[in-house]
Amino acid sequence: MAANEAHLPVWKRPLPEDPRLARQAQQLREEHLNLDPRPPDEMMETVMRPTTRAPLAFWLIWLLLGGGVLTLGIVWLIQMIGCIGIVGISRPVMWAVYIANFVYFIGIGHAGTFISAAFRALKISWRGPISRAAELVTVFGLTTAALFPMIHLGRTWKGYYLIPYPNGRGLWPSFHSPLVWDLIAITTYLTCSTLFAYLSILPDVAMARDRATIPWRRRFLEVFSLGFSGTEGQWATLNTALNVFTYALIPVMFSVHTIVSWDFAMALQPGWHSTVFGPYFVVGALFSGAAAVIIVLALVRKFMHLEYFIRKEHFNGMGLFLLILSLTWAYFFFNDYLAPWYGKAPADVALSMRFERGLGAPYWYLMLFANIVVPWSILWNRRWRTSLPLLLTVAVFVNVGMYLERINIVAIGLGINELPFDWGVYRLQLPETLITIGAFSLLGFLFFLFSRLLPIIPVWEVQEGQQEEELRHEGAGMVVTRGTGE
Amino acid sequence: MVNDQTSQTLPEHKWTMVVDLDRCTGCSACVVACHAENNVPIVNEDQVWRGRSIHWIHLQRYWEGDYPQKQARFIPTMCQQCAKAPCEPVCPVYASLHSTRQNLNLQVYNRCVGTRYCENNDPYKVRFFNFYPPRFDPPLEQQLNPDVTVRSLGVMEKCTFCLQRINRAEQAALSEGRALRMDEVIPACVQTCPPSALMFGDANDPNSPIRQVINGNRYRSFRLLESLGTEPAVVYLKGGEAHGGQ
Repeated sequence: MAANEAHLPVWKRPLPEDPRLARQAQQLREEHLNLDPRPPDEMMETVMRPTTRAPLAFWLIWLLLGGGVLTLGIVWLIQMIGCIGIVGISRPVMWAVYIANFVYFIGIGHAGTFISAAFRALKISWRGPISRAAELVTVFGLTTAALFPMIHLGRTWKGYYLIPYPNGRGLWPSFHSPLVWDLIAITTYLTCSTLFAYLSILPDVAMARDRATIPWRRRFLEVFSLGFSGTEGQWATLNTALNVFTYALIPVMFSVHTIVSWDFAMALQPGWHSTVFGPYFVVGALFSGAAAVIIVLALVRKFMHLEYFIRKEHFNGMGLFLLILSLTWAYFFFNDYLAPWYGKAPADVALSMRFERGLGAPYWYLMLFANIVVPWSILWNRRWRTSLPLLLTVAVFVNVGMYLERINIVAIGLGINELPFDWGVYRLQLPETLITIGAFSLLGFLFFLFSRLLPIIPVWEVQEGQQEEELRHEGAGMVVTRGTGE
Repeated sequence: MVNDQTSQTLPEHKWTMVVDLDRCTGCSACVVACHAENNVPIVNEDQVWRGRSIHWIHLQRYWEGDYPQKQARFIPTMCQQCAKAPCEPVCPVYASLHSTRQNLNLQVYNRCVGTRYCENNDPYKVRFFNFYPPRFDPPLEQQLNPDVTVRSLGVMEKCTFCLQRINRAEQAALSEGRALRMDEVIPACVQTCPPSALMFGDANDPNSPIRQVINGNRYRSFRLLESLGTEPAVVYLKGGEAHGGQ
């Protein structure tokens, strides 16, 4: 490559003259986003286009999701006004779908920040276009999850008793209770991950602000961008702040889902009282969360026409990550299953009977099929895991499987306890079904709203990645070199 | 207030109940007595089918043997007033808490927010949740006990060992400046039990009848799910073949 060409931007550099090298270079550029930069204007245009123009179908689906959210609100209100009794819970199954939903949405929320923060800490080169979608899954997932402890309360209007607020009676929440740890952990995580997502969004908000033409949108973005203009000093501050959050969030992430698992593991209930629940829940959360990120990425790529940004390499990476998580989950599941099986305590035996041959069997076997058989049989093959429909199928299966895992633990497992006279069965009722549908709608609703306001791909992170990597001609072929990142 | 000034001097109690399974006939008089004394709401048939019946004391029935030698066995079950109660630490708002002086598990109804965690963590499943506002079919509403709160929608409730009776007897003894006599304190279920299968008293007092009964029946006494280490205050005496009778 001639010396003067090195100063040209990559998209203007000619391919090598040797046809073999040219083919190699072209192939590498197609595969890796970092080797295939485009002019900044073009990239921004691609990212901003979907925020300004939306097809009719988008608004229809958005309205439908809005209807779901409204249903959630109405059913919740009905439930508060007089009858928590309309839901299916009954003695002894005092927690059911609401708490399963809570754990599920927290779990979804887990992977987002983990993927973003851990990939940033490990300097994984292809993380660029994934991080924003992942962080949003976290923020919106946690927002949805935070509703459920409130929805499930017998007296929602007294829910503030759980908050440590100073009061004349000197009453505080009981710090012995896992529910209070939970409250603290979740508010910490929600605050941190919202700030983390917001910080990494700032440069994009500023970019969107400079390109906005509609006055109200411009005004909104001006306020939202906090006056970020991209000076040297601002970038340095932003990077420091992001680094602090990156390293702070990873331990917070581990602690949060461990604490969620303690809601169960600290209890005397057979099937819950397990020392392996901490890591088991953390891995389960990452597992369902990573699958959720894949679903979001696939949908965003298809419907917002972001094929340039989200490529096979990203699905390949996420597919591998999902496979590793599936293996780890299976390991913890086996651990959690083996010890009670070997111990043969009467209540534990009754519990495994309910799952293996009883009324829990359909859910239990479907969970194992979705969480182990499906990912293992597809994700090992690079061709299959980079095929979008196949990967999407696996991701959906994993989410179904992980949802069922929570249902199994909470709603079905609670039916068996130490005294057989008190055994019971939980029956799902309409209000819980509607509220669950409403919760999924809320997640989608927030995503749809966001996708029309701000760019879903962090352009600046993609460009940063592209500046770090370069294609060079060394020896017999083309090689990728990485800069120091400075 | 009497209580505030003298709470330091009030004696400690270890309220204990003995259930003699050999005497229990499963007549359910205790259940009815408890409903009447403690304003336990009446749950309609549909809700009972859904497992939402509320009985602070209820009879667990187990079948033993095969036909034609099949026998019903009863275990009257109420809150076990554990010394180390699993339901207490899990409550986030101190609605379920321990009285160290009385050795009882208290339930503060107006503090309860209804997380229902206590019921999940209760191995005996003797805590009950108000899924609907309390209902008393006429004329039952006219015999509500003024000493006992009628619990509202969305809170947990459970057996208190008739705390209102204990308090009333203690206050009376205090105002008369004498020690509490054991025959003054008697919960509704114990008072009612026709075959005297239930006994109640303070196990801290070495001369109390309840101590005599426990000491005299050590060979057939057990506590429910003792292995969990909850240290229940209810002592069961085995019935049936355990000591040669039927």
